[in-house]
Amino acid sequence: MALPAVIGAETEFGITGRNQPDWNPTLASSQVVNAYQGGRVRVQWSFDEETPGNDARGFGYEGYGAVEADTGLINVVLSNGARFYVDHAHPEYSSPECADPRQAALYDKAGERVAEEAAAAVRRSLPEGEDLRIHKNNSDGKGNSYGYHENYLVSRDLPFADLIRFATTWLVTRQIFTGSGKVGSENGRPPAEYQLTQRADFFEEAVGLETTLKRPIINTRDEPHADVSKYRRFHVIIGDANMSEVQTFIKLGATALLLSAVEDGAVPDDLELADPVEAAWLVSHDLSLRRPLRLAAGGGATALEMQRQYYEWLSKYAERELPEPVWSEVLEEWGAVLDDLETDPFRTADRLDWAAKYRLAEGYRARDGLSWNHPRLAMAALQYHDVDRGKGLAYRLEQRGDLRRLFTDEEVERATAHPPAETRAFFRGSCVDRFAGALLAANWDSLLFDVGEPNLKRVPMMEPLRGTRDLVGGLLDSCRSPADLLRALGE
Amino acid sequence: MAQERKGKQPGERDQREEEERIDVRDTDESQMEKIDELLDEIDSVLEENAEEFVKNYVQKGGQ
Repeated sequence: MALPAVIGAETEFGITGRNQPDWNPTLASSQVVNAYQGGRVRVQWSFDEETPGNDARGFGYEGYGAVEADTGLINVVLSNGARFYVDHAHPEYSSPECADPRQAALYDKAGERVAEEAAAAVRRSLPEGEDLRIHKNNSDGKGNSYGYHENYLVSRDLPFADLIRFATTWLVTRQIFTGSGKVGSENGRPPAEYQLTQRADFFEEAVGLETTLKRPIINTRDEPHADVSKYRRFHVIIGDANMSEVQTFIKLGATALLLSAVEDGAVPDDLELADPVEAAWLVSHDLSLRRPLRLAAGGGATALEMQRQYYEWLSKYAERELPEPVWSEVLEEWGAVLDDLETDPFRTADRLDWAAKYRLAEGYRARDGLSWNHPRLAMAALQYHDVDRGKGLAYRLEQRGDLRRLFTDEEVERATAHPPAETRAFFRGSCVDRFAGALLAANWDSLLFDVGEPNLKRVPMMEPLRGTRDLVGGLLDSCRSPADLLRALGE
Repeated sequence: MAQERKGKQPGERDQREEEERIDVRDTDESQMEKIDELLDEIDSVLEENAEEFVKNYVQKGGQ
């Protein structure tokens, strides 16, 4: 039986200054993270249990940890259980662990509000005429990409070879509904006026450990942030960050469904592609959605046809194994998007970023006769992703009812401050809320407290589905100090 | 500034569904008007000096 869903997403935000003479993106990112005034505590992010150099295929990568270790300098943990920090030259929001795709989409959206508020706080301190903007996108249009990484908990019993086998074609073909849209092409790929995704051009390998160069479709980082004897964390690096709430929900939900079915041996065929790396950018460059991809077994099929096949398998699987209503919602939204992509792709402009942005761009072209490389068109495509609700064009579309929402502003606001109740993020977030002063360091799977006693106290959280409100809510309510809490936990 | 669209009015759904069936490249007048109205709103918030903004938008060091 597949594990219950535990899903999280990491967003590296684009950051840019205007009229700032000594612009330094790392420094600016630090200012942004420090400026956030919501519920948070600045702590050390302990790396002693992180192993980004471990490869799920069974070998290690020496010295890798040292490279990563300098990235956690400015690091805050939020009262919603998320991590907000500086990753190289970008502010990054890593969502708390969520128990279903709807919740994961909500906490993903909450990350935009955190970044918006932090950027606004920095702007208030800037001299007249200077500006700082933050974008939730994945490419600067000049050959640089920055990630959106999805994380799904799966069982250690699932051989990694099965993930490679069954997830590769999935990740390539799902791009027809996961893309945020991009003007032009990059990284030596053939020219394109517009393409479905921001990220596809940057993927050069089928399988690998890297995340910054020669990016692989299947990332083998074996770092479960949980009991390593029981769990894997499938780290998906090929997706785009989406502004559309519905799109984020479908992307995370359908992928979680696929992984659950793979765990249960319920995906009958791997639909192996002859050349997945080539197929990744071919899918992204094909606005018609009608170009067949070569299959390893011979012949070809379009990404949409393969998605239809997955839909058939996964809807039967979910009907049999997953009674919770959220999975029917995923199937309904995903199915409707596939139907619309088949009839007329631009009918999805109210749900999919790539289609919404294309509609804008085509509007400009029709009205003003702009070429695809005109700065105003490029500006509109970039500003679609600005996280400032007064500026970001995706929010304008939402306000007009042109882009559908799943959540109210109040729900999103609440999610910036309060953790999900159903995962260990509840314990982490609640400790930030109540006992921030005693928190010295944090990691996904532990918290380190200094309660004024000779020894520091570490609370391990190796089980993502413990530390929930049901399990620790009463205990937290009964403790008036962090020392109380640690005593109670020790009993 | 644009009017906000708050929820669906009775009878609106049919009309919206009809609109959504139309390809954005179609020259249907109501659809074009709707997009023009949207572009007017965007023009009012689009960053000034777009060329310089886009030119200076460089993001290194990402994963």
